Amino acid sequence: MAAKKSKETFEELYRRLEETVGKLEEGGLPLERSLALYEDGMTLARRCQEMLDAAQVRIRQLRGTLAAPSEPEAGEEEIPWDDAES
Amino acid sequence: MSMQVYSVSSITTYLRELLETDPHLADIWVSGEVSNLSRSTAGHFYFTLKDADSQIRCVFFRGATLQRDLPSLVESGAQVVAHGRVSLYEVRGDLQFYVDFVQPEGVGVLAMEFERLKVRLEQEGLFEPSRKRSLKPFPERIGVVSSPTGAVFHDICVILARRWPLAEIVLAPSAVQGMEAVRGIVAGIAALNDEPDMDVIIVARGGGSLEELWAFNEEAVARAIYASHAPIVSAVGHETDYSIADYVADVRAPTPSTAAELVAPDRYAVLGALNGHRASLSTAIRFRLDENVGCLRGAMGRMQHCAPPVDRERQKVDDALRVAGALVDAALGRNRDQVGGFLLQLRSLHPRATLARGYALVEREGSVVRSVRQVKTGDALDVRVSDGAFPARVEAKKSVSRRKSRPPQEMQPALFPSDKA
Repeated sequence: MAAKKSKETFEELYRRLEETVGKLEEGGLPLERSLALYEDGMTLARRCQEMLDAAQVRIRQLRGTLAAPSEPEAGEEEIPWDDAES
Repeated sequence: MSMQVYSVSSITTYLRELLETDPHLADIWVSGEVSNLSRSTAGHFYFTLKDADSQIRCVFFRGATLQRDLPSLVESGAQVVAHGRVSLYEVRGDLQFYVDFVQPEGVGVLAMEFERLKVRLEQEGLFEPSRKRSLKPFPERIGVVSSPTGAVFHDICVILARRWPLAEIVLAPSAVQGMEAVRGIVAGIAALNDEPDMDVIIVARGGGSLEELWAFNEEAVARAIYASHAPIVSAVGHETDYSIADYVADVRAPTPSTAAELVAPDRYAVLGALNGHRASLSTAIRFRLDENVGCLRGAMGRMQHCAPPVDRERQKVDDALRVAGALVDAALGRNRDQVGGFLLQLRSLHPRATLARGYALVEREGSVVRSVRQVKTGDALDVRVSDGAFPARVEAKKSVSRRKSRPPQEMQPALFPSDKA
């Protein structure tokens, strides 16, 4: 059911952030390029943080794998998750 | 009633096939005392297992197992439990027990099964450390195969909700003990592998007895774990419990809660790392800027050093200007003197100056008389001298030729005193 995600993943953003920091720290770049890297890095860090701040765990249960003959056809259901429980 | 006569071969073959199609005899544990032990040059073991009343011939072919402690276990008089299958050796018509695994007497059957499967799967390469996959640092989809009702799944959710809420947790519910557990776990792993982008699958069960945990020691579960595309974290029982699943899994977690901590980072640690990256970015860019400012300063310094001697040139220009000024002044002064000279000259040319020297100006009817031809005898003239004028009259006129010498008295003697000489 879940379609192949086209959005950027946290992992991808974080990897790019690490790359950017690495390049900037390595140096040897023209000043303008350095400034562009700095801005890119800060944007990436902010987006990572926003993703973390906004995240809410989602819990889903597959149907039909529980080995019991009475189970309905394969499907799924969302389980409500109360964060306060934790 | 029909009588049929069989050959010996057909009977022994029939018996062998009968024995080999019996499921109980194909996979059986037999306990007894080892006797009549012999070892062939090829490395196979032949012995008899016996108890108080009976005995059975046994053969253990080299290569039937990789069990390394076999020679020490199989010795005359030893009480052992052997695993294998029962069949007929047709050449001699002997019933034989084809042994593939031996354990000392006193070990529980489950423990023996465990050891046997472990050796077999290890031999097959299912535990190879080289094929263990590493877990993604920031998982987005975490599968869990476990009981939907137990505390295990709840605990995993609580920990993930706290540590890594970016993830989606997908539960493949399954019984985790009893008859249905093996089928459920295998189906759960398969179903989660059918889900797109599953980053990791936790196969979990809480603590229990060896019997209760047994499903995780079944070969089918081991093979399902081995076949999984997503890395598998096993978390079965307590820290001290080791299952076959643990050996096959990519990562073994000592407990289900630990599994939840292993599969995902702690978001606060990640936030800290993000701040660290920000600080690194700021430090690096400040360093670059300082470096550039430094370069700029250096360049300015060098430029000043290399600049042309402006002051000296300026002084030169000043000097030139001064010289030019002096020259202009001198030129002007000369001109002024010249003009003064001209003025004096001009003044000396004024008619009054001539009159003062004794010359007279003769006019006739307002015009200056320059020639005798301008007058005739009897004309009235005005004669101007330096201090006034008086009238005169022409009495006679005479041209003066420069060639002919004229008597001086015919001239105006007062005007040409020099001619008198």
